[in-house]
Amino acid sequence: MWFEDAVFWILAVVAIAGSVGVVLVRDLFRASLLLSLVFIAVGGFFILMNAEFLAVVQVLIYVGAIAVLFIFAVMLTRDVQRGNTPNRLQVPAAFIATLLLVMMVATVVTTDWTTLAGAGLENKSRVAQIQAVGIPDAARLTAAGLTADEVTDVQTGGLADLLIGEFVLPFEAVSLLLLAAAIGGLALARGRGR
Amino acid sequence: MNACVLNPHSILGGNHLFRFIYEGVGQMLPCWMAYVVAGAAIMLILINAVLLGAAIVSWGERRLLGRFQNRVGPNRWGPFGALQPIADLTKLLTKEDIVPYGADRIAFTIVPVLMVASLLVGAAVIPFAKDVALVDLNVGVLFILAVSSLTTIAIFTAGWASNNRYALFGAGRAVAVLLSYEVPVVLSVLGVVLVAGSMSLGDIVVAQAVPFFLVQPLAFFVFVAGMSAELNRTPFDVAEAESEIIAGYHTEYSGIKFALIQAAEFGGALVVSGLIATLFLAGWAGPVADWLGWLWFLIKTFIGIFLFVWIRSTYPRLRLDQIMAVCWKFLMPLSIINLIAVTLEVFFLRDAHGVLTTADLWIMAGINIVIAAVSIAVFGQLIRQQVRNSSQTAPASRLVVSGVSTIEVSQGQG
Amino acid sequence: MSLESMLIVAAIIFCIGLYGALARRNFIAVLMSIELMFNAVNLTLVAMGRWLVPFAVQEQLSTVLTGQVFAVFIITVAAAEIALGLGIVFAVYRTNESVDLTDAATMRH
Repeated sequence: MWFEDAVFWILAVVAIAGSVGVVLVRDLFRASLLLSLVFIAVGGFFILMNAEFLAVVQVLIYVGAIAVLFIFAVMLTRDVQRGNTPNRLQVPAAFIATLLLVMMVATVVTTDWTTLAGAGLENKSRVAQIQAVGIPDAARLTAAGLTADEVTDVQTGGLADLLIGEFVLPFEAVSLLLLAAAIGGLALARGRGR
Repeated sequence: MNACVLNPHSILGGNHLFRFIYEGVGQMLPCWMAYVVAGAAIMLILINAVLLGAAIVSWGERRLLGRFQNRVGPNRWGPFGALQPIADLTKLLTKEDIVPYGADRIAFTIVPVLMVASLLVGAAVIPFAKDVALVDLNVGVLFILAVSSLTTIAIFTAGWASNNRYALFGAGRAVAVLLSYEVPVVLSVLGVVLVAGSMSLGDIVVAQAVPFFLVQPLAFFVFVAGMSAELNRTPFDVAEAESEIIAGYHTEYSGIKFALIQAAEFGGALVVSGLIATLFLAGWAGPVADWLGWLWFLIKTFIGIFLFVWIRSTYPRLRLDQIMAVCWKFLMPLSIINLIAVTLEVFFLRDAHGVLTTADLWIMAGINIVIAAVSIAVFGQLIRQQVRNSSQTAPASRLVVSGVSTIEVSQGQG
Repeated sequence: MSLESMLIVAAIIFCIGLYGALARRNFIAVLMSIELMFNAVNLTLVAMGRWLVPFAVQEQLSTVLTGQVFAVFIITVAAAEIALGLGIVFAVYRTNESVDLTDAATMRH
């Protein structure tokens, strides 16, 4: 357990310092590098929470595609070295952000999570056992004490089952959104009259 | 008597190699120390295997290239010149380590480290014998693709931080190629995952009763072509085309940093060959003796490297627009055809439990080889026409455009 | 590592992103800050899915991954958003010769 805690705190420091850097560093190129550092740290958080697939997707999409797009954009527009200047709203923005942070932290701390539905089920119910193994894997599931039937049930299930089962409508909507975004991006990038 | 037993339910529990070292060391050391020692041992194996392998690949590639071109290749130092990498490394280490004026010093320094690190992390999940991978991830395939996409950022940073036009050109080209070829490569790997029914590299090897380069020749073709583009190897090496833009993104690198970048390139060839061996040539599975798995794996990896060198020495370099055309108009349709064909075959051939038998795999192989031959012939003909047309018209029109804009600019300044 | 600490880290990242989105002049910097906020939300979703499960879905074993499914959707939406956002950046840059948001306050071109 101490090992996971240590990793968590290292990742937390990296993620928070990185995101402070993203908004404060003047050089936009460095800001985008710091942004990819934050993405990787968030991927590490996902691994800590047993969401291995999500961590890999995070690195693949955010670092491999989105950060690269940002660097492209930074390079193709001018004024990179001193580009990241604040505007007039700096003080009110800081005020609002701090206020929101205080509110959210207060909410998190004062909420009694153990009374919520499903909390504190770890090591008790089957649900928690499956959560503990993240993306279902036969060996680990049997190790967690499930019978063979349930194992195949969960194993063939997982994210894929949810995505094209229960959440098939949002899934299709998102694919439509991606198509629209691709067409829109093309239209915007081509510009008028060309 | 045995003090330390690794909990099989922990995240490292499925890792045979780690457990073996951990429990062996645990006989004489306290448990937490055995934990650290085992981790360090795994890292030691990984780093040495990949970097030593990269050195051997660099020598082997130069020798092979020499044979292909009717030359001798490096043959002076050691038997058959096998100690040449050591000589190269010594030379590079004694060179001055220059950071160019006006460069972004931190970003410039971080690039070689980033490239080697992403390579090493990717190499960790490849199983090199039965049940022995340094890390056994259940999303192994995606993991390798994800960490190899870190290279994109490293190359971009190299080009930007060097404060050199040619480096920036090279980086821009490299990133364009990497981003485009990611798509067909991932689509072809998807076919493999579909048939194997798992994203873990170990399971994919087990699923290959028939090697997948027979079951999915199209995916194999697309994967090899796409990967040689992602590695910036010769038919696709516009990113470091030395006759056009000096050396591309690593123009300004020298000394140890250059050595690391070179190690990352040759190590990349090694890791990708290992990946090809695992995904398409049935990895450690061999004709006899499972305990000889490492040998079969090495032989298959060598086949992969030989394939790359062969391609490199055979084809001339493509232009950037031709590379893009090959990606989007040739490899992309092929990978989609492969994916659709494989999906349909799996859908109709699988039994009630979703399992494919060896006979099913042979049927798929028969159908897919025909599909591959036909579609490569058809799309090859199409792309050949297209490229021929574009090479007749495009450069001329582009010349006119650039000439006009030059005139406009000069008038504007006057 | 607990639900609370994970949520607090996510809240801090979210608020840093909020500050950046409100207080930066550069269009690209604002988009980066928005990406930070997306990531914070993803963290929250996965943490909730990891530590809390609604009673209603307990019978269906696979539905414990709901939090991750939402994170997948958010990643997709973020990718689409960034493709369009950067397209708009280039369009604005082409007309205004600048990516300064205070310059882009007018709708004419």
